[in-house]
Amino acid sequence: MSRRPLLRRGFDRLKPQFRPGGRFAWLQSTFEAFETFAYTPATVTRQGAHVRDAVDMKRSMFTVVTALMPALLFGMWNIGYQTSLHSADWPYAAGAASFWPCMWFGLVRLMPMIAVSYGVGLAIEFAFAQVRRHEVNEGYLVTGLLIPMIVPVTTPLWQLALAVAFAVIIAKEAFGGTGMNFINPALAARAFLFFAYPARMSGDGVWIARRMWGADAIAGATPLGEMASGAARPSASLLELLAGTVPGSTCETSAVAILAGAALLLLTGVASWRIMAGVVLGGSLTGLLFNLLALSGAPFSASAYLHLPFYYHLLTGGFLFGAVFMATDPVTAAQTRTGRWIYGLLTGAFAIVLRVCNPAYPEGMMLSILLMNCFAPLIDHCVVECNVRRRARRGKEVSQ
Amino acid sequence: MPWSRQNPVTVQVLGVCSCLAVTAQLKPAVVMAASVTAVVMLSNLVISLLRHTIPPRIRIIVQLVVVATLVVVTDQLLKAYAYDVSRQLSVYVGLIITNCIVMGRLEAFAMTHGPWESLLDGLGNGLGYAFILVVLGVVRELFGSGTLWGFPVAERLGLYRLGYENNGLFVMAPMALILMGLVIWLQRNSDSGLQEK
Repeated sequence: MSRRPLLRRGFDRLKPQFRPGGRFAWLQSTFEAFETFAYTPATVTRQGAHVRDAVDMKRSMFTVVTALMPALLFGMWNIGYQTSLHSADWPYAAGAASFWPCMWFGLVRLMPMIAVSYGVGLAIEFAFAQVRRHEVNEGYLVTGLLIPMIVPVTTPLWQLALAVAFAVIIAKEAFGGTGMNFINPALAARAFLFFAYPARMSGDGVWIARRMWGADAIAGATPLGEMASGAARPSASLLELLAGTVPGSTCETSAVAILAGAALLLLTGVASWRIMAGVVLGGSLTGLLFNLLALSGAPFSASAYLHLPFYYHLLTGGFLFGAVFMATDPVTAAQTRTGRWIYGLLTGAFAIVLRVCNPAYPEGMMLSILLMNCFAPLIDHCVVECNVRRRARRGKEVSQ
Repeated sequence: MPWSRQNPVTVQVLGVCSCLAVTAQLKPAVVMAASVTAVVMLSNLVISLLRHTIPPRIRIIVQLVVVATLVVVTDQLLKAYAYDVSRQLSVYVGLIITNCIVMGRLEAFAMTHGPWESLLDGLGNGLGYAFILVVLGVVRELFGSGTLWGFPVAERLGLYRLGYENNGLFVMAPMALILMGLVIWLQRNSDSGLQEK
């Protein structure tokens, strides 16, 4: 008899307790979640046809998490960098040597948010799986990381916890859990915060973390905030917007870092390039349209927003982050090829329309994606129906 | 029972509009609940008494006249004795005329049953509606404004000093819909007879 590792023996000794009839049978899902986390299950499929593919849910979820890493690391550094720029008492020397202090500062700020997000979210997921006697699945891995990445760094942890609970229960589990939700849970969490605690999610005082004993909130407007309050251009240069060294939600400022993630998603085929291209194209075209409107001298062309060159729209706020990581969520996006183009184009277009036409919502991307999430099934239905009709007509022509 | 398995709001899903509109605070919710209960009871009673004399072809218009009369009376009473709440409720008292619960009970019950039974039916349905309104009102006022019937609960508990903030979402109508969904979820979960096969 071969010697099994200690962990395996531990699992095997505990296993009967969690089987039906065992003392902890009601915790079976939880036990299985931990067991399959540590070991590949030994059971094999005995009947029926099954797709055999290395890319299961676990793999694709981890690909997305990996793709998020550049944005996450950059976001960490940027949290520290913004504080060092704006607080007079930043204790470290400026210049090249300040990379690690910035990184450390950001890590200390971001880690509790990530821990709260995973802690609360997974606890609820485990509880639901247990009650429904389902397996615990990996659906929350990405959502749990996304939520801290798209909120201001100053969001209080208890509010974050509430938002996570809301997103997981109302946006996801109420509809049947992973794969059944019709709106993106991470964006649902952000929307919850946005409408529940508007003072914490907008304005100039929330985007930059205070130092531990610093007295007041540090003012620092995001590029979109500046535009909403009537500036002609964001004060940051295009290069700064591209790099992402501007105030904003924790990890969505850097175009370069997001595009690095996008490259991985596209190479592995995890995210749909049609949706990404559609969003960017839709946003660009709408931005151009507004530029044309401004040139045409329409009566409302006084608004500075109309004159903003369209490429600024792509680089500010959560536009790129939304296009790459949110709009492409395979569950809530359109499923058909044509549908994905339509869905992407409209998402990009609505985001820009909301930004320009409604200054009450400086960031249109969140609302735009949530709106299109609701329309995705309708888009798919129309695409499928059109296809059915076209083929029926063709069949008729052939038979005549 | 009209307040559980035949609840007009959570099972029949009637009268939803006013449920979302008047429950941001408890006081208007309770007044609204009382008004609807009174209207549905009295109109049930009147229609039940008249049921043999109403020509079937114009029964809806007769019902409407009865309901409208009662609603106007209620509205005037509220304006006279509870002016502030009446202002808060604004058009929603007038809109009881179009409340599906009222018309639904008249059509489904009062036209075919005696006065005493109709009165009780009105009471039951009114209470079913009232129950949901009070639940929504309590939750929304408590979390949205930190008060209960105007009493500053959160402030007295010293929550604001601990960093607590009121949740603006609870003041908005969408949250009322979500909360109603949660109530329906809970009810269907605990009563398997309500679940579709």
